[in-house]
Amino acid sequence: MSKIAVYVDHFGGKAAAASWEALTAAQTLAQGLGGEVVAVVLGQGVDALAQEAAARGPKAVLVADDPALAEYVPDAYADTLVALTPAHDIAVWVFPTTMRGRELAGLTAAGLDVGALPDVTDLAVEDGKIVAIRPVYAGKLLAKVETEPPAVVTTRVRAFPAAEAGEATAEIVSVPAQVSDTAQAVKSLGFSQAAGGVSLTEASIIVSGGRGVANTDKVPGDEKEKAQKGFEMLGELARLLGGALGASRAAVDAGYISYDHQVGQTGKVVSPDLYIACGISGAIQHLAGMRTSKVIVAINTDPEAPIFKVARYGVVADLWDVVPELIQVVKERGLAKEQA
Amino acid sequence: MKIVVPVKVVPDTAATLKVEDGRVTWGDAPLVLNPWDEFAVEAALQTVEQHGGTVTVISMGDESALEAIRKALAMGAKEAVRIYDDALAGADVRVTAQVLAAAVRKMGDVDMVFFGRQAVDGDTGLTPMYTARALGWPFVGLVSAFTEMDPAGRTFAAERSVGEAKQTIQAPMPAVVTIAKEFAEPRYPSFMGIRKASRAKVPVWSLADLGLDAPAAKVRWPEITMPPKREVKVEFIEGATPREIAEKLVDKLIEAKVL
Repeated sequence: MSKIAVYVDHFGGKAAAASWEALTAAQTLAQGLGGEVVAVVLGQGVDALAQEAAARGPKAVLVADDPALAEYVPDAYADTLVALTPAHDIAVWVFPTTMRGRELAGLTAAGLDVGALPDVTDLAVEDGKIVAIRPVYAGKLLAKVETEPPAVVTTRVRAFPAAEAGEATAEIVSVPAQVSDTAQAVKSLGFSQAAGGVSLTEASIIVSGGRGVANTDKVPGDEKEKAQKGFEMLGELARLLGGALGASRAAVDAGYISYDHQVGQTGKVVSPDLYIACGISGAIQHLAGMRTSKVIVAINTDPEAPIFKVARYGVVADLWDVVPELIQVVKERGLAKEQA
Repeated sequence: MKIVVPVKVVPDTAATLKVEDGRVTWGDAPLVLNPWDEFAVEAALQTVEQHGGTVTVISMGDESALEAIRKALAMGAKEAVRIYDDALAGADVRVTAQVLAAAVRKMGDVDMVFFGRQAVDGDTGLTPMYTARALGWPFVGLVSAFTEMDPAGRTFAAERSVGEAKQTIQAPMPAVVTIAKEFAEPRYPSFMGIRKASRAKVPVWSLADLGLDAPAAKVRWPEITMPPKREVKVEFIEGATPREIAEKLVDKLIEAKVL
């Protein structure tokens, strides 16, 4: 029986939750195309990950546990995935659209010489074709895309519900690593300190700041010092809520905060349950990166700011007045997920 | 070193996009060099400034692609090629990569190909990986810095993002990389650069020039639509004090089940 294979992305021994979302999409494909869903785990010492995957509903978990895969190297991982494909009659690969998932999807699709539908938010099978919806132009437009299996699909993070954990009934199948000479010449020299905190694209709550963060007389210092204190305050709220800290491009360009926090067309495209925009006016490039958030709260002194056009709740006030009170209320009512 | 930078022309990110008769339109907003590609051009220029060599830009597309090519030339790229063929209408990422790989092979002696991470129109971000595999070269994505660049020793090392952390990867040349925004702020073209770029003759290569038959696309894009308008009517939260506003807002967010 042909298979729909899901790549289980992981880092530092932890599975990316988006992998379980990809499993849900794979079940849809398996129903439409016929075939069964398998999860695929690569690495070294990945027993626990394989068990975790086995509990999320696949028929089997293919595990390549091999010293050659001890360190993540995209070409080596992709070679192994390509080699597994004919050996296990895999018709469609599904990857979560994490950074590793996206690059592995591209390399695997190219290695198999098949088409890829990246970053899809919805998919279906029609007349044996895989038909998917994917945001383009940073979500300003939606494209319908289609291809016939064999194919590669990547699912946008948070677009599909995660396959729920149950009993680990799936069969664990050991499979070989396969690394070409080209890939063997590529070496991982190590990883730097992980940034820590919740990743922006996976966060269910994001607290974000813009130019307005530095625009205050309530704290002393120059523009940069004010901005730093402001983002510390927003970061505290984000941590309390178990969320991530975001920023507008204007704030990043002004040097208030580093680029890895940037939300928008040339930053990260996010879709959390709750997005709290503080002192962000709402340039079109920023809106493109966060407008599909479930609930948007805008806090801005300017009632005419475009951000209010996409917000469910608006507060026309100085963020320096409101955010400290929000932090207090969250603490007092026991809503804090983490000690800040 | 010989570095090739494939680039794409896209509508300005500030453009208001519409779908008219199934086609994307952007009014009189300008076409520009894909913003992500600017970082690739900058990284390529810095690399040849340190290690010698030339930067060549290539772009697949009709004459509008010249907007992107001329910007890259004005920034300092030495050479440019445009690839155009009627048979390439409807090309998907896979076809585009095969064409780019053929162009790189035709140029010969290319050490590295620098891509931007993705184009801001199609947002697929897969052309670099397909191109790497079409060439049979290693792939290193989202490079924020080169920690080693040794063209004589045919090797380089790069610091790159994997999301949760930075990874340092060492790979042999030739190779395909994508350049992240953290690499460096792209330079502004000089007045002289702009003048030179506007006069540059950009050769056009066809599929026949590349020795390729028209490759068939595997992925089709039957429809582009505007996203459904979100019926959000903002509800302003008011109160006599910030404390009261915060209390009311938290009530609303609990009610909406997001806290």
